[in-house]
Amino acid sequence: MVADTGESDWVAVMRRIRDDRDQEAFADLFRYYAPRVKAYLMRGGANESLAEECMQEAMATVWRKVELFDPSRASVTTWIFTIARNRRIDVIRKERRPEPEDLPWGPEAEPDQEDVVALQQESERLAEALGSLPEKQRLLIEQAYFGDLSHSEIAAKTGLPLGTIKSRIRLALDRLRHAMK
Amino acid sequence: MSKINHHLTDEMLLSYSAGSLAEAFSLVVATHVSMCDECRARLDAFDAVGGSVLNDCGEAVVGADSLDATLARITAGEDRLPARKTKADAVFPAPLAEYVDGDLDAVKWTRVGGGVRQAILPTSKGATVRLLHIPAGTAVPDHGHNGAEMTLVLKGAFRDEFDRFGPGDVEVANEDLHHTPVAEEGEDCICLAATDAPLRFNAILPRIAQRFVRI
Repeated sequence: MVADTGESDWVAVMRRIRDDRDQEAFADLFRYYAPRVKAYLMRGGANESLAEECMQEAMATVWRKVELFDPSRASVTTWIFTIARNRRIDVIRKERRPEPEDLPWGPEAEPDQEDVVALQQESERLAEALGSLPEKQRLLIEQAYFGDLSHSEIAAKTGLPLGTIKSRIRLALDRLRHAMK
Repeated sequence: MSKINHHLTDEMLLSYSAGSLAEAFSLVVATHVSMCDECRARLDAFDAVGGSVLNDCGEAVVGADSLDATLARITAGEDRLPARKTKADAVFPAPLAEYVDGDLDAVKWTRVGGGVRQAILPTSKGATVRLLHIPAGTAVPDHGHNGAEMTLVLKGAFRDEFDRFGPGDVEVANEDLHHTPVAEEGEDCICLAATDAPLRFNAILPRIAQRFVRI
């Protein structure tokens, strides 16, 4: 597996982990996502050793929860983000993370293949749209998603009034939605 | 489940997706999303933004033995984790049941006056979340607080001068809202309410305008 593996390819890798407990497939997934998860955790304020520990726990959780991954609802990247985020709250912020009840896809109820393909393609387009946002807006979204930055903390960092921050984030998300149409 | 008319705000969903929302509010979000397919879909969209951010955040150097160490963790722990599902006929969706350690009958209520009972759930500091049991036809007790408030109806319904909130509906109150919610006749109302400042019930005072700040 190389860096430009598409989201749909990662879905196939997840199936091998789910159905065959394939450690080679997991190793492929790990080589791509582990450095990103660790970078995400360090950007969020964790030191190197805590980020490494937390990343390993997150990647182990990917294996343990593989049956709950639904490729008609999330890309593999998005799903791993949610696991890494929850680990960050758990390990680094030392808080419980309330999560909605699971809507798993089981062996007897595979999601529709068309839905899977559509969702994976949309995720790639969203990533492209995010990449083409003006620098300021992209930075704000990144700040919101890395680390424990509340809207008011973002305001304090950038010196912008809170109302402006909120409308900028909303504007950025609106643009994302339009870019995906 | 009746139709849900009052949903989470984009700000709430973004903060929850980013992981920056206080635990008390996160519990209300997770519980509402468990009841509301529309907000689940919206949350999925915010999570997808998070996925893109993760993909673009660069790569940290991982340890040489990192993969082996992770495989060892997998071997040492549980192999597969089961889905967390809400029990059939339960009033509390799965995330709330985990905090209560059971359903409605497991709640340890405390009286707060006017027939109303509450149970504060254990969360981290900074915000508080409580269950409220309001007898049918009773006004929600007047209370003052200085922060935001988010109220999710689990059972029954309440009305104020402006609207009706039934099961699954969530009210995100802002500073402009001064209202007197009353539980509907016929059924007691069970709510889950999060506040980000200590909440003071004013059992003696007839009515105090509530002050809210939108998150």
